[in-house]
Amino acid sequence: MKLRPAGDRALLAEVDDLQTVHRLHATLRRAGLAGLVEAVPAARTVLVVVDPDRLDLGWLAAELPTWPLADAEPAEPADTGAAAAGGTLDVPVVYDGQDLPEVARLTGVPAEEIVRRHTAAEHTVAFLGFAPGFGYILGSDPALEIPRRAAPRTAVPAGSVGLAGPYTGIYPRASPGGWLLIGRTAVGTWDPDRDPPALLRPGLRVRFRAVSSP
Amino acid sequence: MTGGARPHPPVLEVEDPGPLATVQDLGRSGYGHLGVPPSGAADAASLRLANRLLGNPEAAAGIEFTLGGGRLRPETPTWVALCGAVLPVTAGGRPAAMNTPIRVQGSLELGTPQAGLRTYLAVRGGIAAERVLGSAATDVLSGLGPEPLRAGAAVPLGPADDLGTMPVTVAPVAPLAAEPVLRLLPGPREDWLAENARATLHGGTYTVAPDSDRVGLRLEGPPLPRREGELPSEGLVTGAMQVPPDGRPILFLTDHPTTGGYPAVAVLADRDLRVAAQLRPGAPVRFRLQVSAHQVGRRRSAGSARLGGV
Repeated sequence: MKLRPAGDRALLAEVDDLQTVHRLHATLRRAGLAGLVEAVPAARTVLVVVDPDRLDLGWLAAELPTWPLADAEPAEPADTGAAAAGGTLDVPVVYDGQDLPEVARLTGVPAEEIVRRHTAAEHTVAFLGFAPGFGYILGSDPALEIPRRAAPRTAVPAGSVGLAGPYTGIYPRASPGGWLLIGRTAVGTWDPDRDPPALLRPGLRVRFRAVSSP
Repeated sequence: MTGGARPHPPVLEVEDPGPLATVQDLGRSGYGHLGVPPSGAADAASLRLANRLLGNPEAAAGIEFTLGGGRLRPETPTWVALCGAVLPVTAGGRPAAMNTPIRVQGSLELGTPQAGLRTYLAVRGGIAAERVLGSAATDVLSGLGPEPLRAGAAVPLGPADDLGTMPVTVAPVAPLAAEPVLRLLPGPREDWLAENARATLHGGTYTVAPDSDRVGLRLEGPPLPRREGELPSEGLVTGAMQVPPDGRPILFLTDHPTTGGYPAVAVLADRDLRVAAQLRPGAPVRFRLQVSAHQVGRRRSAGSARLGGV
């Protein structure tokens, strides 16, 4: 673990892999630290934000590397009305995204094969960011990795399913976006009145399933 | 407030919101891992002061006016206070002062500030806007919270009956510097800055670009050379200075995205957030790189991690 400074009230913990990110995140959330404001996991890091009046950053920087890491929290999908089996969230997708031909061109994988591979792969939510409820969902099939779109769209409809790098993302609401769109889903990933408001959470397993209508 | 039952909570009518008026409190915390920005008053110190002047809890919701210009009418006589960018205030047709409790009967009119950007209106009892994830703040990036206030909006007010007396009659506030120098602490990716970039950042004069907003300040000026390549997305703090490939820094304010893929080379010292929040488009700004307090006297022991060096 390497700790990097991030101002008067935060530090960035950098670790070797995503599983360690999830374990560190779980450790922090379970530690019951008064004055812990945020623990934001990402690809290889956890950003820790404190209230410096209640939790001393220097103390935390000295302590944190000495803590044994908890197991990652088992992720239970929230009730969505969609089928959930063994802790895996089922996401039905109509694979008619306007960028499917572009994905086929960039990967060298024909469009039908893209759909087969995307639905066959195992996916795990790596972390959330960019917008409330937007999960960076890591896929297990390296053949589907692609670069980000050069010219982001100004308006991507809510429910759009897109690819960027090794990730799949589901847009929680209409917004500008730079991911290559491969389909759409009716699954709602963000509802501020729900508890928790985000459907996705780090570590949640996801399976995509092709359907003919959303 | 008079005694007896009320048919509805007292209301503050917004006759004119000015260029941009949003409900703000001290923001949302604890949801960063779900992609929710902290939001809240960009110049939190001014909102806190306005609330303290009225005997409110510091976190009570108020209204953040951008470049002033609002006209409001409380339904019944109400105590208010205004802090932040100094502007002319008229209450009930008579001139009133900033940084002090004002009893408003009739209309309250805000002029345009000559310096600074954001002026905070606190109302005794607070603004009783609906809370989302624990906060009434408008987040212009994610869309959470109430819509920006429109002409004709009727803003509900909270009860003032249980508040203590107003403790302070006036709070002197230092004026904004004409050419502020913001203090920067090392960021998590300070090592992405080219060696000469440090000197550029420390000596250069930047200007706040017109597309700056509550999400962040876009800065025009000498670009900062940095390492090429991509950084995996990582968490961002309020006050982070991020450098995209074109070298033009972005200084994040409270509606910042929770993660980003460009390196955060520096972070604004907490106490200068209020200064950054008052910089208007076109304003000049300079920076001074500082050593963090946590860097000083750190122990290096075998096998243990330590904070990255300056």
